[in-house]
This record gives sequence, C-alpha cells and structure tokens, in this order.
Amino acid sequence: MMKKTFAVPGEVVLDDLLAGFPHASAVLDEGFKIVTFNRLFEALTGYGHDIAVGVYAEFILRSNMGNSRGQVFQRVLETGEPATIEGDIINRSRKQIPVRFTVSPLHTRRGIHTRGLLLVAEDISTMHATGRATLYRDWSTDIIGHSPKMQAVFEIMPLMARTDASILITGETGTGKDKIAETIHRNSPRGKFQFIKINCGALPPELLESELFGHVKGAFTGAVRDKLGMFKLADRGTIFLTEIGDMPLPLQVKLLSVLDDRAFYPVGGERKEKVDVRVIAATHRSLREQVESGAFREDLFYRLNVLQIHLPPLREREGDIRFLLDYFLKDYATRLGKEVQSFADTALKLLLNYHYPGNIRELRNIVEYCANICRETKIEKEDLPRYLFDQGRDNHAAAAPVAPATREVRADTRAETAPEAKAGGDNWPAVEREMILQTLKTTRGNRSKAAGLLGWGRTTLWRKIVQYGLDEPAGYRGEKR
Amino acid sequence: MKILITAQGDFVAPRFDLTAEVVIATVDRGALVGKPRTIIMDRPSPEDLSNLIMEEDISMVICGGIEDRQYQFLAWKKIRVIDFVIGDYQSVLDRALAGELQPGDMLPLTRGDLSL
Repeated sequence: MMKKTFAVPGEVVLDDLLAGFPHASAVLDEGFKIVTFNRLFEALTGYGHDIAVGVYAEFILRSNMGNSRGQVFQRVLETGEPATIEGDIINRSRKQIPVRFTVSPLHTRRGIHTRGLLLVAEDISTMHATGRATLYRDWSTDIIGHSPKMQAVFEIMPLMARTDASILITGETGTGKDKIAETIHRNSPRGKFQFIKINCGALPPELLESELFGHVKGAFTGAVRDKLGMFKLADRGTIFLTEIGDMPLPLQVKLLSVLDDRAFYPVGGERKEKVDVRVIAATHRSLREQVESGAFREDLFYRLNVLQIHLPPLREREGDIRFLLDYFLKDYATRLGKEVQSFADTALKLLLNYHYPGNIRELRNIVEYCANICRETKIEKEDLPRYLFDQGRDNHAAAAPVAPATREVRADTRAETAPEAKAGGDNWPAVEREMILQTLKTTRGNRSKAAGLLGWGRTTLWRKIVQYGLDEPAGYRGEKR
Repeated sequence: MKILITAQGDFVAPRFDLTAEVVIATVDRGALVGKPRTIIMDRPSPEDLSNLIMEEDISMVICGGIEDRQYQFLAWKKIRVIDFVIGDYQSVLDRALAGELQPGDMLPLTRGDLSL
C-alpha cells in the first residue's frame, strides 16, 4: 500500500511520524475524515486502515467529547487553538474506555490556514481506576497476601515486569493468575499499551485461530470483512493466553511460530503481519504431564516456560485466609451498606478449617453470601453457605491462627481491563443458584422483592439470573417472539 | 415487527448512550408499513432509551457503539441488536429490510455534507 504524505515540512511520511507516538493518534483532513492513523489507534478503535481511512472520524472514534457533529474539530480548525478534553470511547468489545483527547491544528509550511487536524487519544483508564472513590473501587484487582509463599511471588514479579520474556503462570483455579498477569503487564514498559486476554479453552479451534490471528475477507463463510486478531490488537502490549493447556495442537504450532518469528499470517491471508507482543500464558493443568501425554507440544512448553510463577492454593497460604476474610468482609459491608463487622468464633473456626478448592474466588463468594444473608453485626454459623457443613469430612485443618489480621495490599493495578471474576468454587454457584430460586419462590417471582431480600440491586440479581441460566439464554439474538 | 434506529441527523448515531433521536419503522413481511417516524427524546439517556424500546415493543435495534451492559440487557429482553453500524439510516434501513445488515457493517457514505 502506498504510504500517504501530507503537507508538513519535508513531506514527512505521516505513518512513520505517527508510529513514534506513544498514544493512539490519527490525522484528519479538513472535512474531519481520517487520513491515516497509527497502530495504537487501530488497537483502541478496533478498525483497520482499509476500513477507516476516508471515514468521518467521529464514526470510528465513538467518543463523548461533545463532538457528535464535529463541533470540537470545527472549533480547533477555526481558532487554530488545540483542545484537550477528557471523555471516553466505546471500543469494538463494547467496553467504555476513558480517554484524554487532544485535537491540534495542522498547517501547511507556508500557509496560515489550518489544513487538517492531529487527534491524539490517550488511554487513561489506569489513572481513572486508581482515582476511583474508595466506596466503589474494584478490589478485585488488588493482590493481597502476606504468607511466605505469596511474598516469594511478590518478590519475583518486579523482575518479571522488567524483562520481555514469556511467562507461564500456573496455579489452581481461583488463585489469581489473571491478576498477576495484569499486574506484571501494568508495571512493565509495555504497561501503557494494550493488555489483551483470551481464554484458549472457551472457543472452538477454528474460531480461536481467527480470534488470535484475525482473518481476511473471504477466508471462510461469514468472513465478510477483514478482522484484526488479538495478536495484532495487542501490538506493543501483552497478550495473556489463559487456559493455554486447552489450546488445540494445530494452533500450538502457529503460536510457536509467532513466538519465534514475531510474525504470522492471518487466516486466509497472504501477507505476513509483524507484531511486537509479549506473551503471558496461564494454566491450571500440569503442562509437563500434558507434554508427556502428547497433548501439548514440548517445544512450545519450553518456549513459554522461560519464566515461571506458581501461585500457591489458598490452603497453603498460612495466615492469608483470615486476612482475606476480614478484608472482603469489610469491603462487602461498605459496598452493600451493611452493619456486619466480624465473624463469630464458631463461624470463623469453620471458615479457617475449610480447604477452599475454589481458592480466593470461592472465599470471596462465601463472604459475599454471608454479608448478604447476615442481619446482625456478627456473622454466625447459620449465615454460612450450607455446603460448608456438608463437606466437613473433606476439610483439612488450616494452620491459620485466630488472631486479628492486618491488611496488606502488595500490588495494586486497578486497571480497566480487570476481568470480572465469575462465581467459582466447586459448589458455590449451585448454592447461590438455589438461594436465588428459593427467594424468587418466596416472592412469587417478584424480582424487585427478591433483590431486596437478598440485599442486592435489581441489576445484580438480573446478572446472576442470566449467569445461572434461570431465564432465557442471555446470548439470544433472534427475533422477538 | 418494529425496527428502531438510533439516529444523529441522517446517520446512525455513533453511540447508543448519547442518542437523543430515534427512527422507528414498522415492517410487515419485509416491507415498510407507512413512513418511519422520528422521536426526539428529552435528553440522551441509555435507560430512557431502553424503556422506550420496551414500551414501543421493538424487535430489532440498529445502532452504533453500545456498551456491553446495555447490549446484554436488550439481548436478555430478546431484542436483536445490530451494533457498530456506520452509514446513513435510510440505506441502513433498506439493507436491514433486505435481511442483509450485519453488526459492524459500514455503508458507503454517499453524502459529502455531514450537516455539521
């Protein structure tokens, strides 16, 4: 494709100039249509050059900077004065991303008239997350723990953030692999660029290949336009491949070649795409065993396993259970506006002796349940989920002392892309599902009353109803009956 | 069935949550029934817009960017959402009536004057 030039001194190739910008940037013509943009703009908006060039910028940007009819652009064009506005955009993943927009005029070398505009869109979601009010802050991105095993993890994380090598994070479900990956990314030189997470076990192989590497128009039935893959979107940033052990073998070969060559062919494409991406992979399986059984390529295993972090299960984190119980209780009490302050000794004993197969995710869900159910200031045994009593025989005594816990937040990312943790634990979703059903029965299906009884907002109840499939499937996109 | 298009001037509005103008078309067996009507809302509000969609018994929403929460809500209400559409709403409606409109479609922007 021929590179575009613009009327700047020396006829600089604009693409080269924009490529050096650390933020999403685009050049617009006098009619506010896009002339060209850099890769970060591509990643932010999800539109490639082939589609977006020549299109009115606001259609591509979808901002809320009060520019729906190009008012901001017009003002800058007329006054010649740059404008900086904070707002947000909605990206192709339907996510609202806080952005600081700077619109500057571009002049010709000789002329005094503005010939175009430079639009810089700085992703400020990290700043926003950090500055969020305490009441509503998202604690799920905190990493908490003071056990020796977690201390060892915290010590090694800064070293991993400084290098560019691939990382393999292992650990049981609910141990915080996602958060560790994101924290490393945020604290690395790539931190200001994209962190893209993809679950290798959640998609069928054909779809996964297209998601990871993109496809070109006509590559397969339904490929009506070019699509950028996750690798391309994560350019200069980090791609986090979770459940890597579930990746099909043919794709493992392709991934290996990306790691080696830093380039790949999109599905159906003939042009090799170059990318500069750091790969962090995670799995709850033993990749060594998978290598031995032939389910995972040995060469890829060694390529990913340059640096390794193993996250200990909660039952091995001495003292952290009490610490986390207090932390989450305080947090939920604030968020739900409840008076509940502490655990009664009997309840605490049971919670400390439980073995938490779902780890922190399960512990957090248990505390959420208790905080919702409890109507006093102390959580009693009766306020605990029933399944904890049923599984008493499986419980192993934890070494945690029943002593006042102190809070320690070792790393705080509070980043915008922190994924919302799903209800986890072996039995917890079933308990919560049952709880919702019972309450709905009590209220004869009245959701407002049920939400009130459960101590949740209507939206939370709706989300959980959808999550547990208690209503029609949420993904239904057909015609209304 | 009824189709609602979030509009801004002659175009599909870039954002669902900032839309204050909608076009509602009634369709019977793939053909328009009467003239599409335009409703101007008091203010842009995704909640008000969602309520309007419910009250009007809309079956299909055509819009630009939409936040996932609002998208999931409409999907939950069994409303088909064709999002990230770029183009003038008349052409978009024609394509929808022909059953060819897909999420992410960008129609040729035939009008040079964007009525800024």
